Amino acid sequence: MAVVVGLASCQNPNSTSSKKTTKSAKANISLSAAGSTFAGPFYKTAFNKYLKETGISVSYGLTGSGAGIRSLKDRVVDFAGSDAYLSDAEMAKMPGVVVHIPTCSGAVDIAYNLPGIESIKLTPDLLTKIFMGKITKWNDPALKKLNPDVKFPNLAISVVHRSDGSGTTFIFSDYMSKISKAWKEQVGTGKSLKWPTGMGAKGNPGVAGTISSTVGAIGYIGSDYAFAQKISFALLKNKAGNFIAPTIAAVSAAGKGKMPADTRIMETNSSAPDAYPISGFTWIIIYKNQAYNGRSFAEAQATLKLLDWMLDPTAQSIAKKLKYAPLPEKVIKIAKGILRTVNYDGKPILQ
Amino acid sequence: MNSEKITKNILFAATIILILLAAGMVLTLVSGSVPVFKRFGFQFIYSSKWNPTAGREQYGALPFIVGTIVTSVLAIIICLPLAFSTSLFIGEYYKGTLIAKIIGTMVDLLAGIPSIVYGLWGFYYLRPLIVTLGFNAQGFGIFTSSIILAIMIIPYASSMSTEIISLVPNHLKEAAYSLGATRMEVIFNVTVPAARSGIVASYILALGRALGETMAVTMLIGNSNLIPKGIFSLGNTMASIIANQFGEAEGLKLSALIAIGLLLFVITGLINAIGKLIIKKFA
Repeated sequence: MAVVVGLASCQNPNSTSSKKTTKSAKANISLSAAGSTFAGPFYKTAFNKYLKETGISVSYGLTGSGAGIRSLKDRVVDFAGSDAYLSDAEMAKMPGVVVHIPTCSGAVDIAYNLPGIESIKLTPDLLTKIFMGKITKWNDPALKKLNPDVKFPNLAISVVHRSDGSGTTFIFSDYMSKISKAWKEQVGTGKSLKWPTGMGAKGNPGVAGTISSTVGAIGYIGSDYAFAQKISFALLKNKAGNFIAPTIAAVSAAGKGKMPADTRIMETNSSAPDAYPISGFTWIIIYKNQAYNGRSFAEAQATLKLLDWMLDPTAQSIAKKLKYAPLPEKVIKIAKGILRTVNYDGKPILQ
Repeated sequence: MNSEKITKNILFAATIILILLAAGMVLTLVSGSVPVFKRFGFQFIYSSKWNPTAGREQYGALPFIVGTIVTSVLAIIICLPLAFSTSLFIGEYYKGTLIAKIIGTMVDLLAGIPSIVYGLWGFYYLRPLIVTLGFNAQGFGIFTSSIILAIMIIPYASSMSTEIISLVPNHLKEAAYSLGATRMEVIFNVTVPAARSGIVASYILALGRALGETMAVTMLIGNSNLIPKGIFSLGNTMASIIANQFGEAEGLKLSALIAIGLLLFVITGLINAIGKLIIKKFA
């Protein structure tokens, strides 16, 4: 819920000039949100910048997409961040109509910890076998065959996955279900899964930390986490048969497909020749009618203005700096259109 | 009204509030777990399938029940020799000396360390050691968690045992000495038997603490929702599955987590009851 925070405690009243007072009156609104850890680095940086520009602070809890959606459902946050869109059934269970606003797209890296081994290649088949516990040693002949130049150690493969409900897991399992029939039948797609093997860690930071502290570990994390913690990642063989690194260009290439009006689409296993296969949009989810739980019009307006700003070049360039792919022009146009359908008891909020 | 009556009424009201709180908690746990028991029946307790994927939901608590009991019992086994020796050392051999006071304070300090600090220590220092020793590849798992749990519960087990051991009446021991018994004979034939119900009670208290410990275990057990194959494999406990998954849980999954909470409550209650029974029988 947006709360009005008195600034009296953080400003010395004697030194407050009248000019400052008018500025701080605007800054009295603070927003709260929770969800995706995958998009967390982007949101944290962008919201900091927004605070400097407008004085409106946004607290974003890195709870995982599942818990973010749950908080939105309980109406305890202004918006939720999620890397999995809500299915029709999930949307029907929400207490009000919700809309999805994409903010950027990102790659899910297959990150591993093998000291001295900077780069490996993986095929869909090997990826499936590793994450289903069929290949358990790094020096497996199949891995050696695909990576003849790499000297694999005789070491157990420790699979790391998420222990909480996660949009990153959703993107990863969506891809796995597309490439493997066995995965689709035995594990399936979802925010939390029945894992056939491996150990669970909480949030993208938890998985990244476990991988970087465990020799022989492999797991899936948002690109920025691999980049920031200098964890090596695998090149994946995409649908067109090329081995692709999770770069911004390769994620953008995957996001060039058709975009439905409500932006709910997965872009995994793209057939574009230079696309990275495990990538996806990340969304901010809000209620279409912002008048609920005693929220004021000003609070609703602050929420919408922030989201509108997230689609503008300043915020999108922050995304790019943090290894996310900015949204294509046409997606921004669709998203801005959706934002303008959001209302306050029928009253339009953004012009 | 006189002050006597007022005091009595206040005490009565406070007691009623406590009873209502406990009853309310049990009631919400029971009502919250109704959906999952309705759907799966008692299979929920002995099924090992935990599948939260939308569309194929299936919940069974066995992996977590096994994980909880194995880690806790293992922790008690590891803690027993350490805590027992400490309490004999402080409560009998060096009773009342400066060194006993110093050691006693240090053991009590262990109880004051927050669980997250144990978790951190385990994650960064114990885990690499487990890997180096070759017990398993990641250093996570049942065994690692049990070691941390054992260290955490030592103060609970040892402080109370120390107290009980030092309370054993001197005339009993003096009588044994006068019959020509050695110190060791006095300890194992007089002191320990006289204090046994208190000693047992202190270990049961410690076991209760181990069963519900969450943070440190969640950080070290590996959070794998499968029945552990051995003490070095990964696992999960009842407390840590709740901690990991409550945030996003709703519907049947939320009910399953609440039911696990209820089961944990029942198991802890049972163990306490067994403890009381043992005390009664020996005392």
